[in-house]
Amino acid sequence: MDTPSPTVPQDRDGPYGPHQTSHGHAAHGQTPVELPAELPAALAEATGQRGVTAPPKARNRIGDTLFLAASRGSGILLLVIMAAIAVFLGWQASKSLSSNTGHFFTTFEWNPDATPPVFGIAVLLFGTVVSAVIAMAIAVPVAVGIALFISHYAPRRLAQPIAYLVDLLAAVPSIVYGLWGALFLVPHLDGLTAWMNDYLGWTHLLSQSDGVSGSAPRNLFTVGILLAIMILPIITAVSREVFKQAPRMHEEAALALGATRWEMIRTAVLPFGRPGVISASMLGLGRALGETMAVATVLSPSDKLNLHLLDPGGGTFAQNIAAKFGEAFDNGRSALIASGLMLFVITLLVNAAARLIIARRKEFSGANA
Amino acid sequence: MKLQRNGRTKALAIGALAVVSSLSLAACGSDDNTKTGSNTSASSSAGGASAGGAAADCGKGGQLLGAGSTAQANAIEVWKAAFQAKCSGTVINYNGNGSGAGVANFNQGKVAFAGSDAALKPEEVDASKKVCAGGQGIDLPMVGGAVAIAYNVDGVDNLVLDAQTTAKIFDSKITKWNDPAIAKLNPGVKLPDANIQAFHRSDDSGTTKNLTAYFAAAAGKSAWPYEPDKKWAGKGGQAATGSAGLAGQVKQQKNSITYVELSYAQTNSLKTAKIATGAAQPVEATAEAAAKTIGLAKVKGTGSDLALSLDYATKADGAYPLVLVTYEIVCDKGNKPETLPGVKAFLNYTISDEAQQAIADKGYVPLPAEVAGKVKAVIPTLA
Amino acid sequence: MSTDVKHRASSSPLGRTSLTGGRLPKWAPAATAAGSVAAGCAIGAGAGLASHIQWGLIAALLFVSASYALAAKVEGTRQAKDRLATSLVWVCFILAVIPLVSLTVYTVQQGAGVVDGTFLSHSMNGVISSEPGGGIYHAILGTLEQVGLATLIAAPIGLLTAVYLVEYGRGRLAKAVTFFVDVMTGVPSIVAGLFVLSFWIIILGFSFSGFAGSMALAILMMPVVVRSTEEMLKLVPNELREASYALGVPKWKTIVRVVVPTAIGGITTGIMLAVARITGETAPVLLLCFTTDVINTNPFQDAQESLPLYIWHQYSLGNDQTYARAWGAALVLIAIVMGLNLVARAVARWRSPKAGH
Repeated sequence: MDTPSPTVPQDRDGPYGPHQTSHGHAAHGQTPVELPAELPAALAEATGQRGVTAPPKARNRIGDTLFLAASRGSGILLLVIMAAIAVFLGWQASKSLSSNTGHFFTTFEWNPDATPPVFGIAVLLFGTVVSAVIAMAIAVPVAVGIALFISHYAPRRLAQPIAYLVDLLAAVPSIVYGLWGALFLVPHLDGLTAWMNDYLGWTHLLSQSDGVSGSAPRNLFTVGILLAIMILPIITAVSREVFKQAPRMHEEAALALGATRWEMIRTAVLPFGRPGVISASMLGLGRALGETMAVATVLSPSDKLNLHLLDPGGGTFAQNIAAKFGEAFDNGRSALIASGLMLFVITLLVNAAARLIIARRKEFSGANA
Repeated sequence: MKLQRNGRTKALAIGALAVVSSLSLAACGSDDNTKTGSNTSASSSAGGASAGGAAADCGKGGQLLGAGSTAQANAIEVWKAAFQAKCSGTVINYNGNGSGAGVANFNQGKVAFAGSDAALKPEEVDASKKVCAGGQGIDLPMVGGAVAIAYNVDGVDNLVLDAQTTAKIFDSKITKWNDPAIAKLNPGVKLPDANIQAFHRSDDSGTTKNLTAYFAAAAGKSAWPYEPDKKWAGKGGQAATGSAGLAGQVKQQKNSITYVELSYAQTNSLKTAKIATGAAQPVEATAEAAAKTIGLAKVKGTGSDLALSLDYATKADGAYPLVLVTYEIVCDKGNKPETLPGVKAFLNYTISDEAQQAIADKGYVPLPAEVAGKVKAVIPTLA
Repeated sequence: MSTDVKHRASSSPLGRTSLTGGRLPKWAPAATAAGSVAAGCAIGAGAGLASHIQWGLIAALLFVSASYALAAKVEGTRQAKDRLATSLVWVCFILAVIPLVSLTVYTVQQGAGVVDGTFLSHSMNGVISSEPGGGIYHAILGTLEQVGLATLIAAPIGLLTAVYLVEYGRGRLAKAVTFFVDVMTGVPSIVAGLFVLSFWIIILGFSFSGFAGSMALAILMMPVVVRSTEEMLKLVPNELREASYALGVPKWKTIVRVVVPTAIGGITTGIMLAVARITGETAPVLLLCFTTDVINTNPFQDAQESLPLYIWHQYSLGNDQTYARAWGAALVLIAIVMGLNLVARAVARWRSPKAGH
């Protein structure tokens, strides 16, 4: 769930920088193209025809077999773990689902330990989706902005330290965000919430019901903001790397044709970076959907599905599991696992969607060159 | 290019520093907090050591795991410090993860004892028979407490409420602080024209169950139409996790009200409401007033099970009605041999008068002698 | 370019014919920014808005629209759009950096007073939570051991899986693995904890331990390692592999001696970042490591503490002393995680093949 891409060394203009940029391989700037010195160029030329999949097969077959077995084995082990988790979740969840007297998808209540048990995920589903959507709506544009800032706008001296800072912030544990959110952010959002209620209240969504006006903003909207702040560094870090890898030739061509910086970015950088930004956003979305501790500390949960996003109340899957697990007995535990399974399915769908989008635009992907 | 190289060395140096410092850190840890702890904790544990020294029964040593109720976590903490000062070989690990988790852990045989706000249900007793070979889980009352109605309203220091009004506040039937019902109970007090921010527990809790049992017994169906339950049933209001979470919210938020164990109200210095029970004077939430109500409790458990039933509707003078008793759950027979001596030693200590008095400072209520006597009689029979 | 100039010249209200068209002076963005901030504060203070967040938002809005309006007037619409984008990007940056910096500063502020030698070198043994004293040594130790074990489990498996996917992976199995690695990244951490709880502790009957936590952490770590390693291996140019094959080097040796060493910087960084990620995980350790106040150096037996767990517990105890300790532990946790990140970065640069090693 973390950012693979910050691993790409930043100094495209590093030791070999200046001439690298004009090189055809700029798209994957740091690819080491130093071939072993003793390698005769002719041989390389000749094997180029054979392709990667056909290494010499005559010798050392045992080594190859063992290595293949080991690596394939790890792959299979991974599948086994996944299968075990899925099977186990399903098995555990089925116990409570069969005894549920409410409807799993439409019931608001969460009362699995009552007799008869009544529970449903309507509120949790709503809360999870809404808070994640708010987080994405705030975080994605801002993250793209910061990524562009670092890759194309910031003065060079500033860009590097900021890139570091953002990467480091991506690693701040969620429990710390939770601590900060509950003890710092919530009190500081009081004014903004009241103001939004006054001036944006007509949207219905951004208003508070009369009964709770003046209450602390421990609501889904605040959760969305906190989640946005949390996922911002992740999306930024990945997007930045992608933007940096935009083909320098295209950029220079655009500039040479008289484009302004923005036009250059719009025509050369953004189209190239779109799949990367999408996959970065999905990473962020995954984290936002599954975030436990930060939501648990900030939100004031309830069983109500409320379209006033500034009202305290609602809940998310992960928050609900963390909050209810301690006091849950057998059936309650099973019901919580069922909700965990739903979360799992949602993330699966999101991932699949992201993969589809990326696959469709593969021609732009730089990593596969 | 030079800059980059510098950056690299710097990053390396910082990284190395991080590694080195974490390594050097690993070399010098200590479990001994007697010097660093504050004077009070040191003296209280020392006091425990000397006074309890007569019964130098420490079990066999080793780790003793307990889990469950957060309501008694603060008490266990005090006892743990004193017990371990006396018996340095035994380490008590109590995980305040909630009564449900505690009972679940107990019934999986993962902990030697569980703390619970509620007595075991019949099906839980059945489940416990698997773990307690030849016996079953029993409830031993151990920690008494009071549930305080804590509030934060500027200029109001001696709020008086009764069961009906409180129930209506928490059910959002009374939404303003200057509601006539509240004003009637507080003549002469200037109540603000502000919304009441009522906070309840978002997690299932024995505290909630005790509060709602009190509402059901003392407020009547019209004010509180719900069954007593661990899960919050009332309408409206806001929620927070754990007693500490509630206390924290009320501290931050003006015009708020909530219910927490007295110990949390005290450690957070929150104002607590007096309750008009029908006795001559409204009763303040204090340990003595709560002890009076617990003293009226009757044992409803059978055999060595000492589950209590409390009279929430009491009108006795000076008896604070909103009380709770939390239990330690152990096997009557079939405790694990390696933990049994430790459990007995620890429980023997916790039910001792000195240990019960030690938690009174923390907002708990020492068990009345009659109940404590029964528990003292049961502990030696554990096997 | 020339048509552009003409177009601009003719459309410009100023009727300039200079080749470069109208330009705002270099200091214009800075001046606009300063002006907007001042105006934002003035409006905020004037309207009596309590929240400084609103002041900032107003200033940001003013800055964006002012730079657009100015540029549109002087430089033409295309340049104005460019300015708009530039100012938006700057605003984004500043708006986002403020909370992030605030988080860091606030944590340091709150935590710095608590962290000292005693705090780092003592456990919580015998400390009453509402009184000062105690420390996080047991938690640091637990975290280091649990994360170390998790890495020992997850890194080799993740690495080999990635090698399989990139170097061998064709066909259905590889597709399935790729897909499920993606799915696995979406496993909520608390679910991983539940899984280990029921299998290891309930079904197999082991007791709570640091190792149980490590296993859940390893499950969370594996897909991250696979993904980042995969990316890194994909970046190794095929020419290298082909050259190696051409010299008669068998495939496994090519992978071990050529492909992996070439990407080792990136791979290490990926693993370190994964480590940093799981170091802060709270939910699984909450279910699996139990909790303890004393130092336990053996992760395979008895309860262990960990830093995130410690923070959560202190936060949920909820009084001034425990909040202070929670902040102190948060500061230490951030320091550890950031230290790991820096090390990862250093490794990436040091081992980067381009650096000439």
